Amino acid sequence: MTTPVTDGAGSESRTSPGNTLRVVLLLVGGVVAVALSVGAAITLGPADVSLVNVRDVLLNHLGLADIPVRVVKDAIVWEERLPRALTAAAAGAGLGICGAVMQSLLRNPLADPFLLGISSGASTGAVVIGVLGVGGSVIGLSGGAFIGALLAFALVMLLARLAGGGTDRVILAGVASTQLFSALTSFVIFAFADADETRGVMFWLLGSLEGVRWDDVVLCAVVVAVGIALCLAYSHALDAFSFGDEIAASLGIAVARVRLGLLVLTALITATLVSVTGAIGFVGLVLPHAARFLFGPRHAALIPATALIGAVFMVWVDAVSRVAFQPTPLPVGVGTALVGVPAFVLILVRKRRAP
Amino acid sequence: MTLQAERVVWHRGGALVVDDVTLRPAPGTTVGLLGPNGSGKSSLLRLLGGTAKPDSGVVTLDGAELRSLTRRDIARAVAVVSQHADTDVDIRVRDVVRLGRIPHRDSFGTASATRDEEAVAEALRHTGLTDKADQRWDTLSGGERQRAHIARALAQEPRELLLDEPTNHLDIRHQLELLSLVSRLPVTSVIALHDLNLAATFCDEVIVLERGRAVAGGSPREVLTAELIARVYGVRARVGVDDRDRLTVLFEPGPLDESAELTPEDAPRPW
Repeated sequence: MTTPVTDGAGSESRTSPGNTLRVVLLLVGGVVAVALSVGAAITLGPADVSLVNVRDVLLNHLGLADIPVRVVKDAIVWEERLPRALTAAAAGAGLGICGAVMQSLLRNPLADPFLLGISSGASTGAVVIGVLGVGGSVIGLSGGAFIGALLAFALVMLLARLAGGGTDRVILAGVASTQLFSALTSFVIFAFADADETRGVMFWLLGSLEGVRWDDVVLCAVVVAVGIALCLAYSHALDAFSFGDEIAASLGIAVARVRLGLLVLTALITATLVSVTGAIGFVGLVLPHAARFLFGPRHAALIPATALIGAVFMVWVDAVSRVAFQPTPLPVGVGTALVGVPAFVLILVRKRRAP
Repeated sequence: MTLQAERVVWHRGGALVVDDVTLRPAPGTTVGLLGPNGSGKSSLLRLLGGTAKPDSGVVTLDGAELRSLTRRDIARAVAVVSQHADTDVDIRVRDVVRLGRIPHRDSFGTASATRDEEAVAEALRHTGLTDKADQRWDTLSGGERQRAHIARALAQEPRELLLDEPTNHLDIRHQLELLSLVSRLPVTSVIALHDLNLAATFCDEVIVLERGRAVAGGSPREVLTAELIARVYGVRARVGVDDRDRLTVLFEPGPLDESAELTPEDAPRPW
């Protein structure tokens, strides 16, 4: 392709290695910010724990040192607050990337990880186990939520396929399925639950990181890490969807296969997180937009940026929800919106003023 | 050997949209697909691009059946500029053009970065968009968007370029600029067009479709006759050659039945 063209346009291309460097620096800064946030969040709470305590406990448990720390503090840091902060970070990162991927795949800025019936399916699964007690001892509330989420997702994909595929059909099927499973959840609660059970289920539905343990941390971290890696591997395919299916196909993307694969991936990540933390709203809807504002729409930068912003955001929101109304914990799903909306408005306004 | 369609038939939603069409563009030429709305131009382009599969007949790329190739193999040879390709994404022109490099990456995205940047810079230069490379998509005019799509297709470094009504919504200057750009490119181009004068000016060969069938094919001068235009488009036209030996088509409003008065086209003559 070397036809001489004499359009007077300047020949120097303004490729910007400085931009790439900036992104790398910000991402490294993001990782540091996540680590610092986790450390700082651990010091918040009724029991007095200092950053030095946190460092000592971490070094002890990693086998790098043997510093005497009071047993109570050790338990608070290692058994309670650290797993909780790490789970919050994983959940924020996971919900963030799922939202970013869904918005790109479905070309809809209002898409979020729960669009395809996952949260309502999870809540139905949870109440069927928690209230009706079906197989409760075997699979537990989390297992029920996971199964319910995937059943709802499968129903959505089936409905979308019956309706002829296409992104708008997927969204409509998701809306229909969400309504159905919400109604089922309400029905089970009103027909069978007592006041205590209702309150417990409501709290869980709004999202909560109460009582997460190390096995929850490992589960969430592994699933989210694998998810981030796979989304990064498909970042160029996600870019290709910017102008719709036809252009994506002409750019060499196997559209149907890639979209189905990535939707299943986000469903698995979301279902795992919901089964551990409940349905935490807002993060997956709004944080990808914040990341786009700050880092642009290319997924190679957007995916890690969303993950880091989501992680930092969730760690702080969880810490604030935990201590703000002591001793009553605030459901973290309430906190995400209360803290997140003003933050998002600030980004919107500042971005508008920027040239 | 390039991209060829042999007797392709395609039913879409029960309706026959492409009916036994054969297309063998000579390498490096510009071929115009003409015909009224719904005559099957876009459908034929989708078959050629491999985003739709024919019910019978075959589309081949260098002799290999298109359905036996991967999407990426096709994308390395065939680029598409389709209609209505818009986005809400807050994307810069340079990043739109970079999309064209996707088929040249391996699965981990580690293609040669310098090669990519060269191809992108060259595509921007070809389309006169170098100065707009850092502008956002939503600030572009319709003509600039269309040129950005063509730049994206050029960055793909294709041998075949498929364009679906690329001059829609463009003013006359941009229509001329765009088609002269495309016809100068060292690639084989197949372009769906509505404007018969543009087709006559820029195409080496035209194919006229009517209800899915190819009813005429050949050089614009052979094909674009008053009779054919009356038959296919239902419009009276006067076809002539101007003082610089260019084919021109003029249209007359009004009913067809006065077509007896029209210039006999077999010998286009100056007027």
